Amino acid sequence: MSVFTAAPRPPAELLLRGAHVLDPGSGIDGPHDVLVRGGEIAELGPPGTLAAPAGAETVDGEGKHLFPAFVDPHVHLRTPGQEHKEDLETGTRAAAAGGYCAVVAMANTDPVIDPPALLRGLLLTASRDARVPVGFMAAISGGLRGETLTDMSELRDAGAVGFSDDGKPVASAGLLRHALRHQRLCGGLLALHEEDPTLSGSGVMHEGTVSVELGLAGIPSISESTMIARDAQIAEAEGGRVHFQHLSARRSVEALAEARARGVQASGEVTPHHLLLTDEDVRTLDSSFKMNPPLRSADDRRALVEALRDGTIELIATDHAPHGRDEKNVPFEQAPMGTTGLESSFAVLYTELVLPGIIALEVLLARLTAAAALIEFEPPAIVPGRTANACLIDLTAQWRIGEAGYESRSANCCFAGRDVYGRTLLTLADGAVAFRERAFALSAA
Amino acid sequence: MRHLLSIEDLDREAIERILALAANFGTVADRPIKKLPSLRGRLVINLFYEASTRTRSSFELAAKRLSADVLNLVASGSSVEKGESLRDTVATLSAYGPDAIVIRSPYAGAPGLLAGWTHAAVVNAGDGKHQHPTQALLDCYTLKNRLGSLDGANIWIVGDLLHSRVARSCIQAFKLLGADVTVAGPPTLVPDAFAALGATVRHSLADMREADVVYALRMQLERMEQDSHVPSLREYTAHFQVNSRRLGPRQLLMHPGPVNRGIELSGEVIDSPQSLITEQVAAGVVVRMAVLYEVLAGAATPADVPDAQSRALEPQTA
Repeated sequence: MSVFTAAPRPPAELLLRGAHVLDPGSGIDGPHDVLVRGGEIAELGPPGTLAAPAGAETVDGEGKHLFPAFVDPHVHLRTPGQEHKEDLETGTRAAAAGGYCAVVAMANTDPVIDPPALLRGLLLTASRDARVPVGFMAAISGGLRGETLTDMSELRDAGAVGFSDDGKPVASAGLLRHALRHQRLCGGLLALHEEDPTLSGSGVMHEGTVSVELGLAGIPSISESTMIARDAQIAEAEGGRVHFQHLSARRSVEALAEARARGVQASGEVTPHHLLLTDEDVRTLDSSFKMNPPLRSADDRRALVEALRDGTIELIATDHAPHGRDEKNVPFEQAPMGTTGLESSFAVLYTELVLPGIIALEVLLARLTAAAALIEFEPPAIVPGRTANACLIDLTAQWRIGEAGYESRSANCCFAGRDVYGRTLLTLADGAVAFRERAFALSAA
Repeated sequence: MRHLLSIEDLDREAIERILALAANFGTVADRPIKKLPSLRGRLVINLFYEASTRTRSSFELAAKRLSADVLNLVASGSSVEKGESLRDTVATLSAYGPDAIVIRSPYAGAPGLLAGWTHAAVVNAGDGKHQHPTQALLDCYTLKNRLGSLDGANIWIVGDLLHSRVARSCIQAFKLLGADVTVAGPPTLVPDAFAALGATVRHSLADMREADVVYALRMQLERMEQDSHVPSLREYTAHFQVNSRRLGPRQLLMHPGPVNRGIELSGEVIDSPQSLITEQVAAGVVVRMAVLYEVLAGAATPADVPDAQSRALEPQTA
């Protein structure tokens, strides 16, 4: 079974007064008092009806929204080996600040998460450092070399959420086939970074008119979509279940939809940056806009938004990928790929997709929590008896991303400088207060 | 003009101003004493991260003709080779108080980054496959001398467009001056997306006779066959070599150099009178004088100075 671990914290004891509770999964939509006792949602009542028991803190939620907290199946916490970019403490602090109650860290660390002992050690570190529950992916192939399988069953026994060579594709169809057969023994999510290395070549951005104009080597959309089509067929033949990471192109969405129509057990995720940005943003040659998969065309972006709306893509992942300032402060072609995203995801998506009426708030919330089912994490719900996993957000608060710094150790956020709405004030994760916005904490005290 | 990073930063007026300034400097090049005091006491650093003969030497000569001090730094044998980052190198060089840094980098956008890190004026001497603005300006200068004007001229750029910074700058500059630009070569080297730059895309030289000017690009031999951009150089030359069979007698021929004789150009067209290749090299010095003057003295000169000629030829008192 997947193991999620966070540092022990005192269970939350608080009364949240008058917040607008919106939990689409449970059909709750309206102002409520919410009582949290011993880290559990104890009671919901009409505003002004519940009283705080002795020792419980009262939080004024009037005019604010309380949502089930978000779940991110795809982040890079850079531990072990690259703690100058992020560690379990800073990464999960960033998650809590973004309203997340659980994250799954990828295995492309240094060393790679493939020996079961390393995974056990990381879970132990998380039980000391992590602000919100964190789970770990193990690698599919030893050392991410794409040659031999890791000890998948033993890694699952040690607590791995699943398997991913993220950062690199599983280029060998034969190896993926064997991984799918072992998945029948040990379960776990098989999350695939889809990319054909012979098509991506030395590409650094989306192949299209902008790459031609800038003289940068391109990564064509077919690099991703052909691999999705291939792997969907392999999963179908083996009766396995696959998850496609960070979809970026219209062709990829089509390949996923086709596979699902045939009955393949496949899911897909999309990042906030692929939903909101395009290769036009790369024109400045600012390395903040360099990620893999790359930002693609406006048409690709529209297809991703449509797929998110209609549920072809059922979940949002940030692919939070921190990098040091000096590492990103180099010419575009030399810069590492990736952007941070945990602290900005809800606000940018709410501002750019919900406020203009492109996607309903309920749909956004569903997509931000849907990963729970895939990774064997109890789905966050604001229902009596459930563990408190919720975030209090002020949808009217405007702020500028990065203006007050980041909780993350890294600042390579592609949305830096944007004015957005939706500020996280309080995050409850695994029954404990994981984040409190500073000004809000002062006003509450 | 503060920096010259890309042809995209220029409009027609700016290009014509630089070309007029270059023409003034051209008259000096014919004198026995070729030196002007315009940039006396100014420091120009040539920072070259890639091998270059003509661009580096012509920038050096241009700066010296304007009496500037010149410091040449090449990647090999410097701290760059010891792993120093671009940013740290620039910080070190900036401590010398340069007025201009001329940079050649294998990476697109490096000059733009530099411009954010130093007080010096930055001139792009080629960045990755992105831009090579002074090459495009000297090509415009050469053509203007021959044709009088580029308005309505039909210019074909032939060969490996994909990997060519020269091509990207030239398409933009030629179009700004009113020319019609066609790009031609195999689809692997001339993607259809070049149409977005305003060029007509052709995958054959069958209609090349309609061109007034044929601009051939250098084939990067080491890259081509290895990446299957062309099946073989023999196959490429069979279809796309500019030779006397394909080039009409009244068409002008250009090439940014260095030429692979017998590959993109046949020997006889290189040596023919219609070839402007050596004129391009000569233009390189005066155009780069104009660019250095423009970014260093141009900005500092009060707007009421009557015309470019007097600015260029009078000693600077400041």
